[in-house]
Amino acid sequence: MATQKKVKKPGWKELPEGDLIIGGGTAFEFKTGDWRSRRPVFLKDKCIHCLTCWAYCPDSAIITADGKVVGYDYEHCKGCGICYHECPVKGKAIMMVSEKEAKAKEKK
Amino acid sequence: MANSNIVARTGNEAMAEAMRQINPDVVAAYPITPATEVVQIFAGYVADGLVDTEFVPVESEHSAMSACIGSSSAGGRTMTGTSSQGLALMAEMLYIAAGLRLPIIMADVNRALSSPINIHCDHSDTMMVRDSGWIQIFSENCQEAYDNMLQAVRIAEKARLPVMVTTDGFIISHGMERLEILSDADAKSFVGAYKPENYLLNFEKLITVGALDLQDYYFEHRRQLAEAMKTSKQVILDVAKEFGTKFGRTYGLFEQYKMDGAEIAIVAMGSTAGTAKVVIDGLRSKGLKAGLIKPRVFRPFPKEELADSLKGLKAVAVMDRSDAMNAQEGPLAVEVKAALFDASASSGANKTVLDYIYGLGGREIKPEDIEHVYNDLSEAAKGKAKQKVTYLGVRE
Ligand code: SF4
Ligand code: SF4
Repeated sequence: MATQKKVKKPGWKELPEGDLIIGGGTAFEFKTGDWRSRRPVFLKDKCIHCLTCWAYCPDSAIITADGKVVGYDYEHCKGCGICYHECPVKGKAIMMVSEKEAKAKEKK
Repeated sequence: MANSNIVARTGNEAMAEAMRQINPDVVAAYPITPATEVVQIFAGYVADGLVDTEFVPVESEHSAMSACIGSSSAGGRTMTGTSSQGLALMAEMLYIAAGLRLPIIMADVNRALSSPINIHCDHSDTMMVRDSGWIQIFSENCQEAYDNMLQAVRIAEKARLPVMVTTDGFIISHGMERLEILSDADAKSFVGAYKPENYLLNFEKLITVGALDLQDYYFEHRRQLAEAMKTSKQVILDVAKEFGTKFGRTYGLFEQYKMDGAEIAIVAMGSTAGTAKVVIDGLRSKGLKAGLIKPRVFRPFPKEELADSLKGLKAVAVMDRSDAMNAQEGPLAVEVKAALFDASASSGANKTVLDYIYGLGGREIKPEDIEHVYNDLSEAAKGKAKQKVTYLGVRE
């Protein structure tokens, strides 16, 4: 889960001028994972690695390795369930579970 | 002095001529009276291959300014032209252009705002967007419109603020005058090449433009904009100085006409200042110590400088070619008074300031009207001030 670091924000003299964000790929630093109320859980045995979920995920939160799905980036997954909805496997290779329960389990 | 040609041109032609010499990367515009000709003539230059500009004809002024914002963000030197309702339709995008610190240059031909619909001159369009973060430069005649356009490019790019150069609708835009134009080479070298620091088409240095900016950062960005407006004063002066040195025509934040030893003065912008000069010459020959202050830049407002130049006067009249509908007085008078208030706090010298709202919707302002104002001022200087706000030339 994303933790918000307490950093001193830049003052007006330090900010880049004109509502610009300098540098590419900065969206990666913006953690969307703390909005989530449900999370996808990967069912490895059912997955056919068609990568449909990867293509559809609006947050690029599906992690792949060697052309195969390996799991989710929970710092950016916002739990929209699109991956689950689009998964073509009968009975789905993704399970959506309650974030609250998943967290409680993580703590144990 | 550099080579120059003397020609006869209208204000719109003068502005289009400046645009031809500037040869911007992109012009996006939607025609509107009385500014139509500026981009119409320029479109001719594009069609004839006299410029390499990408001309983007759009379906509204809102789209025109949107396209300008896109092109300027991408890194292109960008210009447009509009007037009145067109400027009003651009208003939303004007704030965005300024907030993004894009050096877009606009020819704005001043015209009254509806309703009632009216195509003639007053300054209510420019005044309506006075707080949008655009530098606003007023021109007295065709020559100034031309010179201001060339300087606007340099000012915008150095200050990183959008700039609008205004002329009085029909009075300047369609009035033909003697104009000294620079050679293309001189104009080109004065304007120089545009080298933006950050732009979207720079794949070496990636940026995001216009991100969401809530309670966390919005305030800081607006503070930056306020500061940019303050520091742009020096930029305007520096560019004017270079222009004056090279081409012999000098400009400042405002012009002082016969202010040496003046006891009373009018503050007026645009073409009216020219009429006032004629009146002053007459009054001076009769021994009346009359002067004129002609603000060239309304944004940034030259507060300290203007207050200083009005210091020794007994009474001042502000000529407002628009009404702020604030149950107080016109927008220029409000600014002048605010400037004088702070100055009088330190000097202790309070003075009478009268405001004349005049010329709305193209109502003529004649030398006798201005003489009338100076007569009022003479009375006011003796402590016999008439009403503070006068609707000059309105039928009772
Ligand atoms: S739930 Fe939504 S955000 Fe999360 S991995 Fe699936 S598609 Fe991406
Ligand atoms: S859509 Fe389903 S089957 Fe296809 S890769 Fe994703 S989880 Fe696996």
